[in-house]
This record gives sequence, structure tokens and C-alpha cells, in this order.
Amino acid sequence: MSLPLFIEQILNGLQFGVMLFLMAAGLTLIFGVMGLINLAHGSLFMVGAFACAAVAAATGSFWLGLAASLAAAAMAGAVIEILVIRRLYERDHLDQVLATFALILIFSEGTRWVFGSFPLYLDIPPLLTGAASLPGGGQYPVYRLAVIAVGIAVALGLYVLIGRTRLGMRIRAGESDREMIGALGVDIGTLYTLVFALGAALAGLAGAMVGALQSVQVGMGEPVLILAFVVIVIGGIGSIKGALLGSILVGLTETLGRFLLPHLFALILPASEAAGMGAALASMLIYILMALILAFRPRGLFAAST
Amino acid sequence: MNRETLVNALLILGLLAAPFAADAMGEPFYVTLATRIAILALAATGLNIALGLGGLVSFGHAAFFGIGGYAAGILATHAFNAEPLLFGLPGTNQMVSIWLAAVAAAGMAALLIGLISLRTSGVYFIMITLAFAQMIYYFAISWPAYGGEDGLSIYVRNAFPGTNTMRPMSFFLIAAGLLLAGLAFFALLRNSRFGAALQAGRQNEIRLAAVGIAPFRIRLVAFVLSAMMTGVAGALFADLNRFVSPSMLSWHMSGELIVLIILGGVGRLAGPLAGAIVYVLFEFALGGVTEHWQLFLGLVLLCVVLFARGGVVGLLAGRARHG
Amino acid sequence: MKNLLAASILALSAGLAGQAFAEPVKIGMITTLSGGGAGLGIDARDGFMLAIKQSGNKDVEVVTEDDAQKPELAVQIADKMVQSDKVDLLTGIIWSNLAMAVVPSVTAQDIIYLSVNAGPSALAGAGCSPNYFNVAYQNDNFHEAMGEAANKDYKKTFVMAPNYPAGKDSLTGFKRYYKGELAGEVYTKLGQTDYAAEIAQIRASGADSVFFFLPGGMGIAFTKQYAQSGVDLPLLGPAFSFSQDVLPAIGDAALGVKNTASWSPDLDNETSKAFVESFKAEYGRLPSVYAAQAFDTANLILAASAKASVKDKDAFRAALKAADFKSVRGKFSFNTNNHPIQDFYVREVVKDGDTLTNKIVGTAFTDHKDAYAADCKM
Repeated sequence: MSLPLFIEQILNGLQFGVMLFLMAAGLTLIFGVMGLINLAHGSLFMVGAFACAAVAAATGSFWLGLAASLAAAAMAGAVIEILVIRRLYERDHLDQVLATFALILIFSEGTRWVFGSFPLYLDIPPLLTGAASLPGGGQYPVYRLAVIAVGIAVALGLYVLIGRTRLGMRIRAGESDREMIGALGVDIGTLYTLVFALGAALAGLAGAMVGALQSVQVGMGEPVLILAFVVIVIGGIGSIKGALLGSILVGLTETLGRFLLPHLFALILPASEAAGMGAALASMLIYILMALILAFRPRGLFAAST
Repeated sequence: MNRETLVNALLILGLLAAPFAADAMGEPFYVTLATRIAILALAATGLNIALGLGGLVSFGHAAFFGIGGYAAGILATHAFNAEPLLFGLPGTNQMVSIWLAAVAAAGMAALLIGLISLRTSGVYFIMITLAFAQMIYYFAISWPAYGGEDGLSIYVRNAFPGTNTMRPMSFFLIAAGLLLAGLAFFALLRNSRFGAALQAGRQNEIRLAAVGIAPFRIRLVAFVLSAMMTGVAGALFADLNRFVSPSMLSWHMSGELIVLIILGGVGRLAGPLAGAIVYVLFEFALGGVTEHWQLFLGLVLLCVVLFARGGVVGLLAGRARHG
Repeated sequence: MKNLLAASILALSAGLAGQAFAEPVKIGMITTLSGGGAGLGIDARDGFMLAIKQSGNKDVEVVTEDDAQKPELAVQIADKMVQSDKVDLLTGIIWSNLAMAVVPSVTAQDIIYLSVNAGPSALAGAGCSPNYFNVAYQNDNFHEAMGEAANKDYKKTFVMAPNYPAGKDSLTGFKRYYKGELAGEVYTKLGQTDYAAEIAQIRASGADSVFFFLPGGMGIAFTKQYAQSGVDLPLLGPAFSFSQDVLPAIGDAALGVKNTASWSPDLDNETSKAFVESFKAEYGRLPSVYAAQAFDTANLILAASAKASVKDKDAFRAALKAADFKSVRGKFSFNTNNHPIQDFYVREVVKDGDTLTNKIVGTAFTDHKDAYAADCKM
């Protein structure tokens, strides 16, 4: 196993983690501010990818598609917040789970109705094709480096937004005391819609960026959704910092586990069996990690104070 | 209270009567459909012990459902091929032995999962139970000995003394009998001192601790009992389909069990039964009408959450929820 | 020319239309019409219904239901179709795990099942049944064909498949005929969508080619990421990842990939050409291999129904087994285990105008039989 290969795998883990962060940030924000479990967050990811693919196919520009994905996901988020989600804030988690589970069914079949059953085409923009040289002689796709950069930029942006702006102040106030900020004259309904749309837009952005790497198809959001939940639970629900660290931890564990475990098993087993055993354990690894962390820190690594 | 008892009685009688009517009209498929309802209702009644009485929202009960199913599949396969299991124990095709094995296996798994998971609460509990179920799911997919993702076929439905289980009506009666036993167990548990403590723990943990009861142990026992009942239902489900596969362990299955309970009414005796009736009938009726049936199923579920709080039973019997 | 072909098909079907069957036939079709895998099921259904429509026969009734790619639901629908709709034949399932859930129990009830796609090894060998006819392939076949074809140009192949039974069968099938050495053998997670880690391993492995089996969205994701990665080793695979249902989503990244199948849109026979034309005319897209297999299945049923009554099981099974129909695959016959004996082709992804499609560049096997027939006792 050479050094460039190892560096490449670490970058892969980082890129995967950053993508998870875009999903997890929205989820954890929505949970932290409104106390809502949103299973339909994966559907917003899918909406972003489909919007990007459709607009890119119509206009020939990935960048217009990217803008469309942000707009479409934010709009879809705002619409479901106003029609459905806002009736759920006062309900218990069970009702939220069922309602957003129903939203998944509606989004998935609705998307299939509009776009048909076959996967859509979406490619990376010409500007970001090709590979960059890594120290040590390796090569790494520019597009994936760009994804990492976008993820870091979003993390910084959120940090500034929440820590330094008026909206962020209201969001933080909303997290700690809902009645109080209502009393201060903040329109809490609008604030919630804004936060939900922001989370949705981040999911849509992730969907569009990932859509260019994989296939744009119905149901693409569900595996990501489960992983994003794992991330926010590991990180501590409601904590953006926890979501960031959780994402990177999960991304690295998943990627390096898939890569290293078969090699480890190969020390004691024949190659073909080792590959199978390693892959089996690798697919369970994230959940094992999560169970271990929760066994020792029942509220995640960076639990919010509430 | 009285009205709810009436609703419960009507639901149970309806489930029992419908297959006889269908059988008389020469429509054996509806007997199969009723059997499916009874089995899913039993699985959800099991979950209702943890979720409805204890407030423990387990998003991983598919694990116990699937473990029960695999217990049936594995024992039946070994009996069919006349191969011994571990430690030279033989397989079996007797339903009663299989149920005991399913109860034991699901209970053991729940004990281990519960010991770790019950240290957490709220959303963390939802997610850690999901994590354990996902572990078992991926294990089942990649474990080649019993078919992996292709699953395991049971060529002949397992046997029950004195009856031919391949007859839809006989198998329905077995499933319905177990469902009634499960409902009776749920009712007894709810009204017992244990049940009172469990429900008190859901509402106010501190008060419970103040009277010297440790909520952890009560919840662990409830979680294990809950898993055992869901495990038996899993074994029946495998016999119904004559097939078991990892999809019984998937998170969609866990979600479906929760949906059944909320649809019917959380913590209510006949809630899971009402939920199973509505869900299975909708799935069946819509599936034949349009290929976009899942969209309409979603709309129906959404309307139930938004406008029919307390589920179907709540709608029929009024709001008051006891316990 | 195209119109002439379509016209001759019409004339042919008009001729058949007058021909009533001894007994009306009711067919139950269970297939995947919703969710992420719906494209395959829709292609199979469309291919099947096209053949029924072209026959113009009023004695055939098809009941179609969506299994949502869930085994339990497929079993429930099968029960309903057998017990309530009283169908004579069942068909349509795309996925092996659903086939394993449905086929053993329905064939045990003496219902005939015809597979339009899945062919798990358990049903080809010891678990074969006189009531089970596979009109598609045995699961190992496409992979075996690639293993054989790869011998010509490659010595050191990197192989990869998802970690589930069909994935393991795939690599077993490939290795059964491939004589070179393996540069690496990797099992991925089922449903995995990011292959950066595997591509890095391929890059570092020193392989001269890559064989992979990743059906559905997994294959789309891998092929795109592979093209973006700058690794330029030749890609080899079974046709599943390069069939007409996924090619538009992969785009130019698929160009030049070699893949193996029993059929290709450019296959040189009259039935196939007419099928491609009429499919395009009816649905406005090119047919995939799933559509072709389903089209053949329907025509096999029609041909058998014209010869024997579906109520006379023995005669009908014999009529099916004779496989006396015009296959889009040219020649087609059944082996002793009711699985096909057919040719397998090597195809290459090319661009025809703006459309990505496949072109036959060689033949891997002629009259190939699967490896399990000897275990089948019937």
C-alpha cells in the first residue's frame, strides 16, 4: 500500500464527509431550532439533483442547474413547511416521523410521475474536469476537490451566519427559548420557514453536486438520509460543530473501512473470502461506530445544552 | 372507555368473520390477506408494548421481526435437508418449537440491544435502535450461508398438530389465535403493576425514581417482551410467505411497524390491528388501481397525522387515551 | 425500408389475429413499476405488451401489478393472482431475490412461471422445476461470456461486484472462463453510490482491464466516476450497466465500453429489426435487453397457446419447451433444465447520431448452456 493511495483514500473520505455535512447541517439546524425530525430531508436532496439535471439538460449549463437546485429545494422546503411541517412542531416525534415518512412516499412517486422512471443524465461542468496532481505522485479529480472546497465554505458560512448575524442571533434564541423570542416581536413563523428553507437548500445543493457524480434517480436520497442521521446523532443533535466533525468521522470511517478491512482479513484468509468478509464488516462499520459512541456518550459527542 | 371496548370488539370480530365470508364465497385470497393483517398486527402489538406503553420509540423493530423470520427459515431448512444445526441439534418443522426459538432469539437480541440503547433517550434512542437493525440487515445481506440478499425459501409451510397449514383458513386461524393471545397479553400487561410503572416512566421519570423504581430495568424488560412478540410474528410472516429475506430486516419494515401503530392509535389495545387493516387494505386496493399508488398512500398517511389525531381508533372511539 | 418492415409485421399479426386459441389465456405479470428500479420493470412490461398487441389476439388477458421491488409484496401479489384472478401463467419478475420468493412456491402449486429476466442458480440446478421456464438467461451467463471474451486481449483483470449473492455469482461466472490472473477482487456495498475508494485501488493495482457488475444506479455512478478519475484502463462488464435504460444517464462516459449480452439492438435478423422499429414507434425510445427478453417471453406464450390448451398442463409445457417461436435473438431453444441455449455477443457502446447505443463487435459463445443443468433432475 503506497503513500499516494493512502492520501487519495483520505481525500475520498473527506469528500464523502463534506457531502454528508451539507445534509446533516440542515437536519441538525431544523432539529435544533424547531425540534423536528425530518425524514423527508432526503427527498429535498433528490429534488435538488433532479432540478439541476433538468435545467442543465435544457440549458446546457451545469451552473444554471446548480442555481436551480438551490432555488427548487428551498422552494420545496418552504412549501412543505407552510403546508405540513408547521402543524407538526407541537406534536411528538412519532407524528413527525409518520408525516415526514408520508412525504417521502409523495415526493418519490411525484418525482417519478413528472420525470419518468429512467435515471437522468447530469455531468460535471467542463471547468472542473480532469485531475490534479497530489504530493507524492498521485492524481485526484478536480471536481472532488471542488466539492471539498464548497463544503468547507458552507461550514464557514454557517459559522458566520449563526454566530455573527441578526438572523443567526434569532436562530440561537429560538433554540434556547421559543416563547421569549416570540415576545420580543420576532415573527417566529417566518423565522421557522426561513430556517427550513435554508436547510432544504443545503440538501438540494448536496443533491446537485452528488448528482453529477452518481446517478440522478428516484430514491437516491434515502441512503444519504440514514447516514446523515447517523452523523447528527454521533455529533450531538442540534450542534453544527458536531455535525461537521461527525460527518468527517463517518466519511473517513466508511471509506477507510472499505479500503483497509479486506486487506486486514487477507492476512488470515484466502483473497476471495477476505474480500467478502471485509466488505461485510465494512458495511456494518458505521453503525458499530455509532453504537459505540452512544454507549459511552448517550447524547453524542457535542450535545447541545438543551 | 366503553366506546373503545366496543370498537375493539368490532375490529376483532370483523377480522375473524371476514375470512369465513371470503372462504364461503370461494375467494381464498382474502383469507391470505386477513392472515397478513393478523400477523402484521401481532408484530405491531409487540412494538406497542415498548412504544405505546413505555414511550420507547424503537426504529429498529424490523430486527426482531426478521430474526423471528430467520429462526423459522433456518430451522425449517435444516429440517428439510435433515442437516443438524450447531452443536448437533436438529432442525424442526413444528411451528410451536419454531415460535419458541423465535422468542428466544429475538429476546436475546433485544436484551443485548436494550442494554446499550436504553442508556440513551429521545431521538438518540430512535437512531441507535435503527443503527443496530441496520447492522443486522447488512450482516444478513452479506452472510452467504442462508441465501444472503436472495433470502431463504421454505418449500413446505411448517406443521401445526392436527391441521393442514397449507390450507389458507387453517393458517389464518393459527395466526388469529396468536394475535388474540398477543392482545390479551398486552391488555394484562397494561393493567398490571408492571404496566403501571412502565407507563408512569413514560410520563414522569423522576416521580418513578422517587418511589424507588429503577426505570432502566422496567424498560429493559418491556423492550425484551416487545421484541419477543414481534419475533413470533416474524416467524409467522416467514411461514405465510414461505420465504424470508433481509428485506424483513430493512428500515422500511421498522418504519412500517411504527406507521401501523400511529395509524391505528398509539398505546391503544386495538390500535395496531386497526392500523394493519387500514394499511394492508389500502396497499392492496391502490396497488391494483395505479402504478403511482405510493403517492396516494402517502397522502392518506399525511391526512391521518394532520387531521385524525389518535389514529383510526381515536377517530372511532373518541380522544380520551387511558394509561 | 423501415416502413416496409413495420408493415410486414402488421400483416403478419393480422394473419395471427384470426387464429383463436383452444382456450383463453390469462397471464399474471408481477414486475417493478415504482421506486428506483422501475425503469427495468417498465421496459419489460412494455416489451411484453407490445408482443401481445401485435398479435391482435383477443383470447389473451394480462393482469399487471407493481411489486415495488419488495419480496413480500411480490409474494402477496402472486397469491392474489393465483387464488383470486385465477391466472394460468405468471411472469414479469426482474430481480433474483423476488424470483426466489415467488417461483418455488408458485411452481409447487403447479402454476407455470416464465422468467423475463432473473435466473438465480438455485432454480437452474437442484431447484429446477418443470413449471419454471427461463426465457432470459441463467444469472452467470453474461459474466461467463465476458470471461471468455476477455481471454483474447487481457491478462490481468481487476474484478468488482456488490457483496450479495448475484454479485458473487457474477464473479464466479467470470472466473469460470477467464484464464488470466486477477489484479484484485473487490466486493462493494449493495446500493453504494461512491466508488472513489475502489477506483483508487484500481489505479494502484497494475491491472490491464476492469470487469465490473454493478446493476442499476450503482453502475451509472461507477462509470461516471471512473471516466472522471482519469484512469483509462478498458472497462468490461455484463450488459446490465450498459443497456438502453441506463445509457442516457451515463452519457459519453460509457463510450467504448465492452459488454456482453444475448441480444443487441443491431442484431442482424428480421424479427429483431422489426421489434426495434415497432418498439421505437410505440414508445419513442430504443428497447433495452429487458424489453427484448419480455417480448420473446410473450411470443413464446402466444406460440405455445396456439398449439395447446393452457388447461392441459402437460401438453402446454411441451409446447413451451419446443420454443417454436421467432425470437429476437435469432435462434433460441431450451436446455434440459428449461433454461435457454443461445448465443452471447460482445457489444461496444457507440454513438449513433445523438443516441448512445450498442454495436455487436464479436461473439463470445455460440449455443451456450449454463453450468447447472447437470444438477437438474427432472
